Amino acid sequence: MTRSRNVSALLAGILVATCLLPLSSLKAEGDNWLSIRKEFFADRPILDQDARVIVEAPEKAEDSAVVPVSIYISSSVADKVTAMHVFIDNNPMPLVGHFKFGSAAGDGGRTFSTRVRFDTFSYIRAVIETSDGRLLMGSKFVKAAGGCSAPAFKDFADAMAHTGEMHLKRMEKQQFASQKRSAIVMREAQVMLRHPNYSGMQMNEATGTYIPARYVRELDVTRAGELIFHLDAGISLSTNPHIRFTYGSAGEEELAATAKDSDGEVFSASVPADGS
Amino acid sequence: MKALASLAVLPLLSRLSAANEASSGLTEVASGVYVHQGRHALAGAENGGDIANITFIIGAEAVAVVDTGGSARIGAAARQALKAITDKPIRYVINTHMHPDHVFGNAAFADDKPDYIAHHKMARGLSARAERYLAVNKAAIGDAAFEGTKIVLPTRAISTTTEIDLGGRTLELKPRATAHTDNDLTILDKTTGTLILGDLLFSGHVPTLDGSIRGWLKLIAELLQEKAERVIPGHGPASMAWPDALTPLERYLRTIADDVRTMIKGGKTLAEASKTAAQSEKNSWALFDEYHVRNVTAAFAELEWE
Repeated sequence: MTRSRNVSALLAGILVATCLLPLSSLKAEGDNWLSIRKEFFADRPILDQDARVIVEAPEKAEDSAVVPVSIYISSSVADKVTAMHVFIDNNPMPLVGHFKFGSAAGDGGRTFSTRVRFDTFSYIRAVIETSDGRLLMGSKFVKAAGGCSAPAFKDFADAMAHTGEMHLKRMEKQQFASQKRSAIVMREAQVMLRHPNYSGMQMNEATGTYIPARYVRELDVTRAGELIFHLDAGISLSTNPHIRFTYGSAGEEELAATAKDSDGEVFSASVPADGS
Repeated sequence: MKALASLAVLPLLSRLSAANEASSGLTEVASGVYVHQGRHALAGAENGGDIANITFIIGAEAVAVVDTGGSARIGAAARQALKAITDKPIRYVINTHMHPDHVFGNAAFADDKPDYIAHHKMARGLSARAERYLAVNKAAIGDAAFEGTKIVLPTRAISTTTEIDLGGRTLELKPRATAHTDNDLTILDKTTGTLILGDLLFSGHVPTLDGSIRGWLKLIAELLQEKAERVIPGHGPASMAWPDALTPLERYLRTIADDVRTMIKGGKTLAEASKTAAQSEKNSWALFDEYHVRNVTAAFAELEWE
């Protein structure tokens, strides 16, 4: 997480310029990934294009500031997965997020969906880590550009009036049986927060200067007090961060989410236990 | 030319007259109201950014321009065409909203020293997007065709209904709540009952959503209260019947809103919605593939907070 500490200063200066490079000058792939890989995983082997991790995203994104992405972790490996790194190689801050999974993450196949910003054409990758130390990776190349510097809001006044609202919701219908323990099923829920998630690359509409980065840096989601996941995030989550996730469930347990942004402001939401 | 060629299949476009297709031709749609019609295309080298409608209103003493095209060169060509009709001074350059295809010709009128007029939120919206708008459009149109184009911000901000006198001819300017963008301004020529809606009205060219789908649908109901003889869209024919012109636009937006709301309620994701919502509209619009998914994405991100 050393990257995120001084990113505001960096973004305000040098990196901003990269957002405006013509597409023809982009490095399509390769270079950035090699350095990211070295920084985060040193010389550890990574199983690339592993079928147990699938990253789904559009080949060409229509709105580079709101690119839907889903990551599927196969049930054949899910019960051993302890963590997941998500990267967008060519974003100024490549680490989209680092998930640490807790005891409530569930044994069955896991799915995570969110929306991200693409600064330039790039791979988006998910690298999962298992309890026995293996690294498995899935990736997808996405053609999209300009998402990091696109204005956070279409309607500035309306957005300001609602900032800080947080919703957590159990999804009704989809339930996936766990292969391991029949009493636990995989449920799906989503957490969404009204927050500009400023990347540091957007213009202040009033002054014509760059808005300092201010983004959701941490998110914890729990089921009846047990951790589903802890997320350390960067600037790549879209405005109004939205994460849909699976978890192990034996009933309608309480769910709670707490987010903290890079200015230290805390947001929270919960869904009470129901029945059972 | 790819986008233009694909339009041949659309019945609406067969109505285009040869006169309207002349690159700088002006059509008189009402007494003293002249429209240059932009093409249904993405800004590109083959059209020089000439993709949005430009309107001139000529009063006894002065001329007002409403929107200026997608480059200084397009603005200059329209200005030249106007000068063949009248030598009255151009005192007002009005932008209906911040988008580049409507404001990038502003620089061509600098020597006229006009008031540049827009919605009070327009300067803020355009400033926040200026660098990207310039970079993207320059790359699309080409350096030569883009030459002289720069951001010219409004010198006069409109926050309440305002009248402008062209000499025996009054224009009524109304700033609107967030719809197509958060800075839409409408202009009514009270003399002829001609209502200029900018991109609050698309016809033939698929609408683009850069504001609020709820706001736009709400505003359509308000616009229907306006009394007008004819209306000029931001993209579409030089003149259209009022209020029938709004029907396809309203149907398109309502279909998106209905489909997206149903999908949100059913627990569907944004990715699923972007593949299926309002696909029934596909054959009704030019440039559907270029803009529709983006519209659905914007609608979903807005409506999921209802």
